[in-house]
Amino acid sequence: MTTTSGRWDAGVIPYAQMGYYEPDYEPKDTDVLAAFRITPQPGVDPAEAGAAVAGESSTATWTVVWTDRLTDHSRYQAKCYRVDPVPGAPDQYIARIAYDLDLFEEGSIANMTSSIIGNVFGFKALRALRLEDLRIPVAYVKTFDGPPHGIVAEREMLNKYGRPLLGCTVKPKLGLSARNYGQVVYEGLRGGLDFTKDDENINSQPFMRWRERYLWCMEAVERAQERTGEVKGHYLNVTAPSMEDMYERAEFAKELGSVVVMMDLTVGYTAMTSRSKWARRNGVLLHLHRAGHATFTRQKAHGVSFRVVAKWCRLLGVDHLHAGTVVGKLEGDPNNVRGYYDTLRLGHVDADPVKGLYFDQDWVSMPGVMPVASGGIHAGQTHQLLHYLGEDCILQFGGGTIGHPMGIAAGATANRVAVEALILARNEGRDMLAEGEDLLRAASRRSPELQAALDTWGSVTFDYESTDTPDAVVTVTP
Amino acid sequence: MITQGTFGCLPDLDDDQIAAQLSYAVDHGWAISIELTDDPHPLNRFWEMWGLPLFDLTGPQAALHEIRACRQAFPDQYVRVNAFDSRKGRESIVLSFLVQRPAVEPGFRLERQAGPGRRMRYTLHPYAADRPHGERYR
Repeated sequence: MTTTSGRWDAGVIPYAQMGYYEPDYEPKDTDVLAAFRITPQPGVDPAEAGAAVAGESSTATWTVVWTDRLTDHSRYQAKCYRVDPVPGAPDQYIARIAYDLDLFEEGSIANMTSSIIGNVFGFKALRALRLEDLRIPVAYVKTFDGPPHGIVAEREMLNKYGRPLLGCTVKPKLGLSARNYGQVVYEGLRGGLDFTKDDENINSQPFMRWRERYLWCMEAVERAQERTGEVKGHYLNVTAPSMEDMYERAEFAKELGSVVVMMDLTVGYTAMTSRSKWARRNGVLLHLHRAGHATFTRQKAHGVSFRVVAKWCRLLGVDHLHAGTVVGKLEGDPNNVRGYYDTLRLGHVDADPVKGLYFDQDWVSMPGVMPVASGGIHAGQTHQLLHYLGEDCILQFGGGTIGHPMGIAAGATANRVAVEALILARNEGRDMLAEGEDLLRAASRRSPELQAALDTWGSVTFDYESTDTPDAVVTVTP
Repeated sequence: MITQGTFGCLPDLDDDQIAAQLSYAVDHGWAISIELTDDPHPLNRFWEMWGLPLFDLTGPQAALHEIRACRQAFPDQYVRVNAFDSRKGRESIVLSFLVQRPAVEPGFRLERQAGPGRRMRYTLHPYAADRPHGERYR
């Protein structure tokens, strides 16, 4: 850090000269590290642009202020320590910035986001800005509670091991009466699903108020447990206009014996953290629907990558998080999605440009989050889903359950038989991906439900190129 | 028919299929435990252990032998296999499947206790538990 007299002259001087660009800086183990994709305005030097991002996301304002000199300012200044051009994108650069741990409040995602993405995204000297990844130091990780239960505790709670869990969102999303809605829940669960789910926009509308929905859904859950001898759950969405309403709804869900509640990303980081602490205190699983995320995660040049959102959600603590399907109807490059799943599940994640992971991330002993694959998937893709996503995840077939020609329970059975048959075959040493279609056909000879599902949807695919792909390789959605 | 277990919705596994799953567990270094019960309530998690879990196995035969012995001793009970992974980050069950069911599975009765405001308290009652241990499923 230079302390020449010019640094403190009144007026406007470049951010780089104010100490926000330090190419020789060695990041400390306790620093929060960020990788930003920057697109400077024409004529703006990339190093200055990186320094501006560092400055505007930490201590800087647009002009020199003498009050900096009352502080140990060089510590509070974020430092852009590396700027690399992006191959194949001449106007883009990856700027790496280090933030001292003291810049952040312990256990607060709201504070981390206000700091790192608070002001800087509207900065005029940049045409576009994207937060690609964060390295959260162990010292900071340990100030967060993490998932209320995590993958291992959830499996023990549910008594379900060795296979993905199966879910289904009740459809139509809107308009069903509470009684009819509960019927869908019952049929899906008795047919073989582990969970059914409220959709993100099912809260408490005139056609079905929340309390009615909870009562009918729990009747359905209990009936399905009676039929199958298994633990079942329905994600009761507690998203509401105020925190007080959310607490009231969650308490009622708990009193009725629900093993799980859900919330939407739209409620905000502080509300989600409150819900997480409640979920741990009360022994109720917490499902998070990432409603709204694609407004800021999808475009490659501007916004926040979903891998960062996934990190924040694991830290603040959820048990389930939607993280993409690879093969379904919604955006998701296979390598990026693998990066999200690693981020949610592993204890230590190595930097890997192919998966879009810029930093090593050590999660210490924080439990993993169960990733949820949902959106346009069906039984005929089960081998691909298992191959890409592994067994610690929740596969949610919505239309792929409820749209089954023999009924909802049959749709559920088809999905469950498909998953179990492929896990059985994989464990027997079969090549699940290569032989998937044959294995499913073989299983369907003893399951008319699976046979009908394959006949109905076997050839449905969603082959569109992803908009958000890692720089390292370009892949096509299978 | 209860559908508990990793393969709960498939037809019951034959011994060759069971041996293949045991081999998969052994290849991963997992310990194998054989357990039995006459109370299949979904929250009854602690079934009776058929001896200690089998550690350091080199093949499926020892576990298969114990499964057969357990079935012979308790032909009217549920028998399951659990596999345990002791690695950090898991340290829990990773595979769990039934290897025997009673000939008749009477199922459950759901009891409802209505409360104020239509609040409901549910109790799930296995019919088999109406009779004492040793006399269920006869």
